[in-house]
Amino acid sequence: MGSLQSSPSHQDYVDLAEKTGFSFEQISILHKRFKQLSHNEDKLRREHFGQITDLHANPIREQIVEAFFDRRNFYQEIEEPVSEISFENFLVVMSNFRPPSDNMSQEKLVKVRKEKLRFLFNMHDTDKDGTITLEEYRHVVEELLSYYEALETETARGIADAAMLEVASITRGHMEPDEFYEGITFEHFLKLLEGFDIESRMNIRFMNMDTTTLCKLECRNKVCSE
Amino acid sequence: MAGLGSECSRRLAGCVSLLLLVFVAVIVSASPDAATGANETLRHPSGHSLDDSHDHPRNSSEHRKAFPVLAFNYEHVSKPFVISLWILLALLMKLGFHIIPRVSHIVPESCLLIFVGLLVGGVIKAMDQTPPVLDTKLFFLYLLPPIILDAGYFLPIRPFTENMGTILVFAVVGTLWNAFFIGGMMFAVCQIEAARVGHVDLLSCLLFGSIISAVDPVAVLAVFEEIHINELLHILVFGESLLNDAVTVVLYHLFEEFAHEGTVTVGDALLGVVSFFVVSVGGVMVGVIYGVLGAFTSRFTSHSRVIEPLFVFLYSYMAYLSAEVFHLSGIMSLIACGVIMRPYVEANISHKSYTTIKYFLKMWSSVSETLIFIFLGVSTVEGPHNWNWIFVIFTLILCLLSRVLGVVGLTFIINKFRIIKLTKKDQFIVAYGGLRGAIAFSLGFLLTDTEKKDMFLTAIITVIFFTVFVQGMTIRPLVELLAVKKKKESKASINEEIHTQVSRFCLLFSHSFIDGNTQILSLYRINQWLNRFNRTYVKKWLIAGDRSSEPQLISFYNKMEMKEAMMLVESGSAAKLPSLASAASLQNAQQRAPPKQRAIPSISKTREQEIRKILRANLQKTRQRLRSYSRHDLFSDPFEDSMSEIRFRKQRVQMERRVGSYTDFNYQDGKRFFVSFLPLFLIQMLYFSDVLKIILTGSFNSESPRDGAALETLPDTVSLLSESPQRPGQSSRLRKRGDAEQSANAPDSQEEPQKLSRCFSDPGPKEEEEEGEG
Repeated sequence: MGSLQSSPSHQDYVDLAEKTGFSFEQISILHKRFKQLSHNEDKLRREHFGQITDLHANPIREQIVEAFFDRRNFYQEIEEPVSEISFENFLVVMSNFRPPSDNMSQEKLVKVRKEKLRFLFNMHDTDKDGTITLEEYRHVVEELLSYYEALETETARGIADAAMLEVASITRGHMEPDEFYEGITFEHFLKLLEGFDIESRMNIRFMNMDTTTLCKLECRNKVCSE
Repeated sequence: MAGLGSECSRRLAGCVSLLLLVFVAVIVSASPDAATGANETLRHPSGHSLDDSHDHPRNSSEHRKAFPVLAFNYEHVSKPFVISLWILLALLMKLGFHIIPRVSHIVPESCLLIFVGLLVGGVIKAMDQTPPVLDTKLFFLYLLPPIILDAGYFLPIRPFTENMGTILVFAVVGTLWNAFFIGGMMFAVCQIEAARVGHVDLLSCLLFGSIISAVDPVAVLAVFEEIHINELLHILVFGESLLNDAVTVVLYHLFEEFAHEGTVTVGDALLGVVSFFVVSVGGVMVGVIYGVLGAFTSRFTSHSRVIEPLFVFLYSYMAYLSAEVFHLSGIMSLIACGVIMRPYVEANISHKSYTTIKYFLKMWSSVSETLIFIFLGVSTVEGPHNWNWIFVIFTLILCLLSRVLGVVGLTFIINKFRIIKLTKKDQFIVAYGGLRGAIAFSLGFLLTDTEKKDMFLTAIITVIFFTVFVQGMTIRPLVELLAVKKKKESKASINEEIHTQVSRFCLLFSHSFIDGNTQILSLYRINQWLNRFNRTYVKKWLIAGDRSSEPQLISFYNKMEMKEAMMLVESGSAAKLPSLASAASLQNAQQRAPPKQRAIPSISKTREQEIRKILRANLQKTRQRLRSYSRHDLFSDPFEDSMSEIRFRKQRVQMERRVGSYTDFNYQDGKRFFVSFLPLFLIQMLYFSDVLKIILTGSFNSESPRDGAALETLPDTVSLLSESPQRPGQSSRLRKRGDAEQSANAPDSQEEPQKLSRCFSDPGPKEEEEEGEG
């Protein structure tokens, strides 16, 4: 396909920009990257993510990669996971990392925050039942701590247990003895991370990109396609 | 009626005591003169205890004096006596203010202290004595460092580094703007005929501007501490007040040098710029060096825990003094030292040392602050003053004006680069919070040109008084009025910490995705590189033992647990123990029944609630006691051991009394080891895990059969408490044997592995790590 895979028209970008909140330059950067990863194909598959060497060091890479293929993040209702995603889906998922733009109103900020938290929630809730159970949370903590060597699973379990206890105490407060805590729902999750400053922790800065870098990406793109 | 009466009487008592104290202080500080006079007269007639040696032969040759039963020798102790009395006075004042409740609500403490200083100074002056002045050396060498160290050591790093750019812009550019604006405009003002200050040249005005322009950390701390505004604003104003020291130092020295010369060349100005970088970066480097030294030293203090706090204090003080030697910025050095030292030192030192450091720092900084304000008041009365209406008024107006203009202008530029913009309200608070304080006064005091010095000092004092009194008093109602966000009471939340890590890795992913395989230099990459450097090298060098490779999540978790445990212990939750036994008996009865889907139904609701509460409480407590054991049993801290032992014994006795019936079982030696030093811990673990299962999953035998059988082992472990505890010193040895035997015993009994595995589901990883190495 090579260079016949023409860059999407300005009109497409406008639609995408509106939908995801990225700016034109940001979208074009992401598109270049997308094409580079997918070897200029239309769709990105899981194995394409393996090309990113930096990712191997990331302990929760599986969950993040899964998040890209998770329909809930595309705001679609169908349950089964996809095996390949289009650029639009990709962009929608990446919009969770977008930096807040200059002139966002208060409601927009709240909405963005909620979307980011939703992304995290979906990442943890692997069985897609709408709650994060103890087992899922344990899995999360284990993955996190697997980054460091010489860890025992019991430690991770302990931390996850304590975290769940905390959630229970925050959201349920005083619990009746014959109640049991099924799992963290999204509302509880929101309440839990009320004070959590996710806006500043989860946004990528596109300021890094300058023309030289773009050139590098372009060159590599061309090299790959040949 | 009774309430009113008591309130009035309290207030009366407070006022009377204040006045009394004022008089006492005045008299004593005036009394050195009197005392020396008295000594003279006393020395002649009788053999003095001090002059015994050479008086004696003389006396013995003339006539024998009666041995002095009571002698008055004030001179000997006069200096420390006066100092102690002043400090005592200052602190009693501080106490006294809180007896008068209404006043302390409206007026910030700093104002009250200055007021007291004024009173004292006035009284001393009325008695024609010379009151002690805020000596510059005293201020910069003794009074200022504790406050700065306290601020630097407990500086919230995350907001500080996040807003570093903003803070630096305000500190450097803002202060420069202030200095030049005020200096220049004052020069223009001085040209006015009516002012009669035409002799003040430009350089002197610039010097004056540089002194008065710096926001003072002491004053900011004193006022902002009481109003509890949100973290961002606090760190902006406070960070600015700390970092502008470098600018102030450079400008001051620059203009002071050239005020004598009379002119400044371009070359000198350039040198000034270079000097600025040298002063600031040099100060930070000195601080870093001492910080690393301090952290490294703390790695080896495990055998002498008592002197650990001293290392922190001394290294920091040395950093400050060393920086001052080279005319570098002492404040920045101190801050850098505290910031660098803290994470590693805290990983190494015992909890008690940490508490000691915290409280000593707070204590010293509190005393310093109090003394500073009182002396400020006293020095004001002392003078010398040269009140020039136009000069002073214009200074005041220009200070406010330049501050407002500076903040607004800089924010306009800064907001282009910030994610979270500064709103108008924020700008107002930042501008309004630019208080001047004792540093400006001391610098003014250092001036050598006496003619202008008096005028400058008067103006400086006026500005200080205005900012501290007027701005300090009104900032709290203004904050309320403008509905500025207050500081959130954030409890350490393990969930937030987990998600911090999660989002960090998400961010990492997205960055590596976008950057591809290129190495783009950016702040983010630098941050990553620093983190990795810290983790792989620095931590290994500066943190003792296993903790160097402890993941942040776990150390956070430990800290949080420790805090909770401390709180629980302090609130004395031992009393909640009683119903445990009855709950245990009920559970025992129930174990025969097939495990149901829900929690054991026949325990009454209240009982189970109590169990849950008690378990959580005791779990924390045992973990806290575990800390004492695990950290100190090898390096025995006898006091801590005995204290824990006492507490432990008390609890054990209580438990014994209740669960005495469960003594009919046989256990093997293997169990005894865990019993010997972890009895309560064991039982708590069992309870905790199982009740947690009750809470969280609702099923009692979820995955494996051993979970279901766990309950059966409960009565066994309960009775293990009746075992006598071994001395902690032996526990390490026993533990080692226990590990070996545990694996040997594993196949022997069915219950053994269940229980052992149970006790390993321990949310206290530190304990496990030591077991691993043992």
